[in-house]
Amino acid sequence: MDVSRFEKLSETAWRIAPFEGMRVPAIVYATEDLMTEMDDKVFDQVTNVAKLPGIVRASYAMPDAHWGYGFPIGGVAAFDADEGGVVSAGGVGFDVSCGVRTHLTHLTREQVVSVQQELADALFEHVPAGVGSEGEIALDAQGMNAMLLGGAQWAIERGFGRPEDLDRIEERGCASGADPAAVSEHARKRQRREMGTLGSGNHYLEVQEVAEIFDDEIAAAYGLVKGECVVTIHCGSRGLGHQIGTEYLREMVLSAPNYGIELPDRELACAPIKSELGQKYLSAMRAAINCALANREIIGHLARQVFARFFAQEGLPLMFDVSHNTCKVERHAIDGETRQLFVHRKGATRAFGPGHEGLPEALRPYGQPVLIGGSMGAGSYVLAGVKTSEPQAFSSACHGAGRRMSRHAATRTWGGRQVVDDLRAQGIIVKSPSLRGVAEEAPGAYKDVRAVVDSAEAAGLARKVAFLKPLICVKG
Amino acid sequence: MAVLGDHSATVRWEHFPHDADIGVRGYGATPGEACEQAALATMAAILDPATVRLEQTVDFALEAPRLDLLLVDWLNALIYEMAERRMVFGAFHVKIENDRLKGRALGEAVSRARHAPAVEVKGATYTELAFVEDRPGLWRAQCVIDV
Repeated sequence: MDVSRFEKLSETAWRIAPFEGMRVPAIVYATEDLMTEMDDKVFDQVTNVAKLPGIVRASYAMPDAHWGYGFPIGGVAAFDADEGGVVSAGGVGFDVSCGVRTHLTHLTREQVVSVQQELADALFEHVPAGVGSEGEIALDAQGMNAMLLGGAQWAIERGFGRPEDLDRIEERGCASGADPAAVSEHARKRQRREMGTLGSGNHYLEVQEVAEIFDDEIAAAYGLVKGECVVTIHCGSRGLGHQIGTEYLREMVLSAPNYGIELPDRELACAPIKSELGQKYLSAMRAAINCALANREIIGHLARQVFARFFAQEGLPLMFDVSHNTCKVERHAIDGETRQLFVHRKGATRAFGPGHEGLPEALRPYGQPVLIGGSMGAGSYVLAGVKTSEPQAFSSACHGAGRRMSRHAATRTWGGRQVVDDLRAQGIIVKSPSLRGVAEEAPGAYKDVRAVVDSAEAAGLARKVAFLKPLICVKG
Repeated sequence: MAVLGDHSATVRWEHFPHDADIGVRGYGATPGEACEQAALATMAAILDPATVRLEQTVDFALEAPRLDLLLVDWLNALIYEMAERRMVFGAFHVKIENDRLKGRALGEAVSRARHAPAVEVKGATYTELAFVEDRPGLWRAQCVIDV
């Protein structure tokens, strides 16, 4: 992007004053280098979001922002229902409640490396990943409804997880306000065999070493110890969420004129929060959130089963589970007044600061864990929410490295075998059913995740806690 | 019918770049042919369509208020059937009249060993959506698919 189109607020904050129908300004948080690297489409998309009815304060983009569909990936926007605010299926995306969870193992790097290949093979064998994979849990109509209402709580009641996990999942593992009746038969059918599956693309299960600690106090509170290993899972609501996104996007595109909404981009399809369609979408989306929470809980359970084969320990307590494609009802201070807002985060992570009432008691003094997935080679980060993120971006931070190269360009640049071998030489074992899929996710196809999290920290969106280096990567 | 490897001047498909996802574009002498080619481009995002045996058929009947929305509906219908039936497709027949589409997809059950599918397509989006006649006898159907 051309930074001359922005007003520079600081080294990591850039503002676009309202123009041509924008109701609020747009603000991008990134260093000048990251700004320059961003596609011009980010400018178009972050300003288009600012044109939606009922948007409050500003349309934001995080340091990992890149060209998405409708919203930029890395986009954050909040809407007030009392001011005609909208809910946007495009602002949540197809992979509703896609997110990341990290389990602690309290195993040293040496312990994991001693069985690295066998562990990688067992995880790949036990956790369904990739196109055409199926989970072992078949849901009938009644079971599907219970899952859509209960989320991770449902999974735990079925024996796929532990009750104490709920303390470490947003909303204790269950989004309220879900209505299975708002979920179509097609969406249900698409999910029947997909519970406990990882998916494909950039979704993964990784065993990672805590390679660096930046904040000793918060790391200790999170249970992170340098030299120990964690298991991180990145996936979402699978076919059910994809189908809900597809169906409601279409309905919102067709209905927008009836609500007097002029869409600057059809992918920003939305409906007034107070409309029948808006409420129906929210009910379906919350059911999809529960599907994603249940799915990650089951995969965490599968990972525990595999680790139990190798290590005689209870193991793998959940550190945290957080989604990055959602619309959530939150209370935020706007001009000194606390208002209830519908906060869309599309490829952006909620990042509540210390003291927030939404955090579990054990984490409240330290801020919410913010889990940032990097590429297979570059590693990942654990950040902590900070109080300054609330006024900056409704308590939000980045979610990953962000692509710098299209999938097509990646496959022209690297071969899957080459990527696997190169990572092997670095001590990272990659397991995937598709070498082309591996090439598309090559580390070089992603931006420098360190630059992204440094930007987020400098912008006051979150604080760096730990760096995680992969040892095993199971990709779909 | 669009056949694999058909890259003649008019009837062909291609991918176009998108930061996170993949753009699919089909060209044809008719709207139906352009839709067939866009479907092949979608399949090629997942696997090599030449590896797909044409053993089973799935029929489609769709309608939409606008031609470009019909393209999104067509691709999303294919995506749904692939997911629900655990199938992949390698060839397509499409006829479009008055914003109504009748289509047939030919394919087989997905084989992870033989097809080595790279990605799962989540949905067809309205991003970069176009279904237009660029010049007489050359239709272009395109959008970004989320993977």
